Amino acid sequence: MSGGVDSAVAAARAADAGHDVTGVHLALARNPQTYRSGARGCCTLEDARDARRAADVIGIPFYVWDLADRFHEDVVDDFVAEYAAGRTPNPCLRCNEKIKFAAVLDRAVALGFDAVVTGHHARLGADGLLRRSVDLAKDQSYVLAVLRRDQLDRSIFPLGDSTKAQVRAEAAERGLAVAEKPDSHDICFIADGDTRRFLAERLGEAPGDIVDARTGAVLGAHSGAYAYTVGQRRGLALREPAPDGRPRYVLSITPVSNTVTVGSAEMLDVSEVAADRPVWTGGPEPDGPIECEVQLRAHGEVVPATVEVAGGRMLASLRRPARGVAAGQALVAYRPDPAGDVVLGSATIGTRD
Amino acid sequence: MAYMDHAATTPMLSEAIEAYVAAARDVGNASSLHAPGRRARRTVEESRERIAAALGARPSEVIFTGSGTESDNLAVKGIHWARRDRAAGRNRVIASAVEHHAVLDSVRWLEEHEGADVTWLEVDAQGRVPVEALRSALDGAGDQVTVVTAMWANNEVGTLQPVAALAALAAEAGVPYHTDAVQAVGQVPVDFAASGAAALSISGHKLGGPTGVGALLLGRDVPCTPLLHGGGQERDVRSGTLDVPAIAAFAIAVEAAVKTQEETAGRLSALRDDLVSRVRQAVPDVVYNGDPADRLPGNAHLSFPGCEGDALLLLLDAQDIACSTGSACSAGVAQPSHVLLAMGADDDRARSSLRFTLGHTSTGADVDALVAALPGAVERARRAAQRS
Ligand SMILES: Cc1ncc(COP(=O)(O)O)c(C=O)c1O
Repeated sequence: MSGGVDSAVAAARAADAGHDVTGVHLALARNPQTYRSGARGCCTLEDARDARRAADVIGIPFYVWDLADRFHEDVVDDFVAEYAAGRTPNPCLRCNEKIKFAAVLDRAVALGFDAVVTGHHARLGADGLLRRSVDLAKDQSYVLAVLRRDQLDRSIFPLGDSTKAQVRAEAAERGLAVAEKPDSHDICFIADGDTRRFLAERLGEAPGDIVDARTGAVLGAHSGAYAYTVGQRRGLALREPAPDGRPRYVLSITPVSNTVTVGSAEMLDVSEVAADRPVWTGGPEPDGPIECEVQLRAHGEVVPATVEVAGGRMLASLRRPARGVAAGQALVAYRPDPAGDVVLGSATIGTRD
Repeated sequence: MAYMDHAATTPMLSEAIEAYVAAARDVGNASSLHAPGRRARRTVEESRERIAAALGARPSEVIFTGSGTESDNLAVKGIHWARRDRAAGRNRVIASAVEHHAVLDSVRWLEEHEGADVTWLEVDAQGRVPVEALRSALDGAGDQVTVVTAMWANNEVGTLQPVAALAALAAEAGVPYHTDAVQAVGQVPVDFAASGAAALSISGHKLGGPTGVGALLLGRDVPCTPLLHGGGQERDVRSGTLDVPAIAAFAIAVEAAVKTQEETAGRLSALRDDLVSRVRQAVPDVVYNGDPADRLPGNAHLSFPGCEGDALLLLLDAQDIACSTGSACSAGVAQPSHVLLAMGADDDRARSSLRFTLGHTSTGADVDALVAALPGAVERARRAAQRS
């Protein structure tokens, strides 16, 4: 229970469904004051209090579990290391994979609990398939797609059939004071939302060149390649405009040479995506090409594609090119379904070569 | 429900509830001059006399406060300030390392914000302050010390301190000695005059009275600067309109707790010893913390190797057994107990501990319930600890 509205309603629904529910708030900050403060965060003292208050209203026991060290190693350090390696990690996804449905689940199972209930917006029904939420704008199946079968088997997502508005209305009906609490957005462990500075403090200055993809010419300088993400246009501070006067975008980051490569919008287009360490939960691993849809970043567009497994990697041939495909993000394959698109599998997008 | 957390708070005695309700129906500010005021004042003064008589103090030595915490703050800060301001170069506080946070954090605050010098008295493996430690801390430095504070009985591990010996040493050096007796009253004999202490803290809700009322027994000649300024109700050392119903109920509870102390101690220590020996049978590697004999009769503080106290607490709570990890929380996250650490325990042992405290409503059935639930809980908690 983060202290937000979703996990509070999820806990209440699980309790109503007859489960023996215990509320758990994760203390993820080594020093709670250093994480985001105010209503925007998910790890502050105020959030812990809100979560406890919600548990009291629902009438379930409530505990705080200190996972700060695990979170730091598995999520925060990983986040920094991924940027240092020229990739763009998704820490929420990593937190699901390593903390909520791993450290927390393991501990819970050892203590005699059967499952972890969260307030994620996704559907997981009796058929065991993970599907998009009915609220497509709030759908979180993308950051859950990384979960393995054994993890999904011990997960309950009671909110997937409701829209966010319905969840808020229900919270108000249930007398949960968090009903009006604003959604948390950015990254919970970056207190001021300034990712660039957060990384700079940890990785230090590492000046290098910004080069033109076509000519190899040095167009500018950067003070740390980790500050750039694929598809980024703003803040490049290039010395001269492109000859054609059109904007240039970050195409790739190369840690070895510490260069940021830029080029035109078209050059951002990607039609083939290769991703590592695939996880298949929507059925067996495909033994040949399958037609499906893929999503390449959180809240990103959905593209029809042919997906197959080769050499242990997941390969997607996109039917129309996608832009802003960044290494480190997840490639999630969905099967369109009127009862909610089904997550077939997920893998981590590799560096473009 | 097996309630085994009487050191956190214990149910009010029915005679205390009756005294509370009777006084709460009445109107009257004990400082007012009219008849209702006089009635209220009479209740307060009778209560003061009751508490004084029960605890070997003079009525004028009883200062009512809003809690044990306030009593501790008043004693430590008040005596420190008053004596610091009366002699140049006198700025040192001597405190035991195992104090409740109400004392501990007051001393730390004086150190950090008021520039006080502090000598922490280390304890032995049982949690007891060696008398020699105070002797050497005071040696030749008595005129630089404002106050010595060491509790009567430890709230976590239950160890009793050699209060009379510590008080005598402090008196010899001319330094007031404060003792936090919040956990002691009703459990062990407490006599203010005989103890030789200059100041002694007590609290209502630990002995069958209401929460939110306490007292500081403060010798007439002990200087003490107020924390709360205002009407000067309590000897000009503590201001605030007195809570007549709470004080009436508090006094009744103190009187009853002291009157039944010997019997309570006999009954609870037998029950506690039974608890410990049966837990030992069920979980052979359990560690019994504190002094096995010289401790609070209702206290059993146990470490369960390989478990986290937090996990055990959750599992026992799910089976309607209420106990405590005994340590303070910071943002809900348990910190290893400073008491256990001061006793030389490592982090793991400190975190693997649970405190069971018995009181006037405890029965053998509570112990039975605990002994039935514990082995399964320990097994699960061990499994959980191995996974993380
Ligand atoms: C030894 C000791 N001192 C002081 C206190 C604080 O008393 P109160 O709860 O009345 O503020 C407690 C209670 O936890 C205690 O155990």
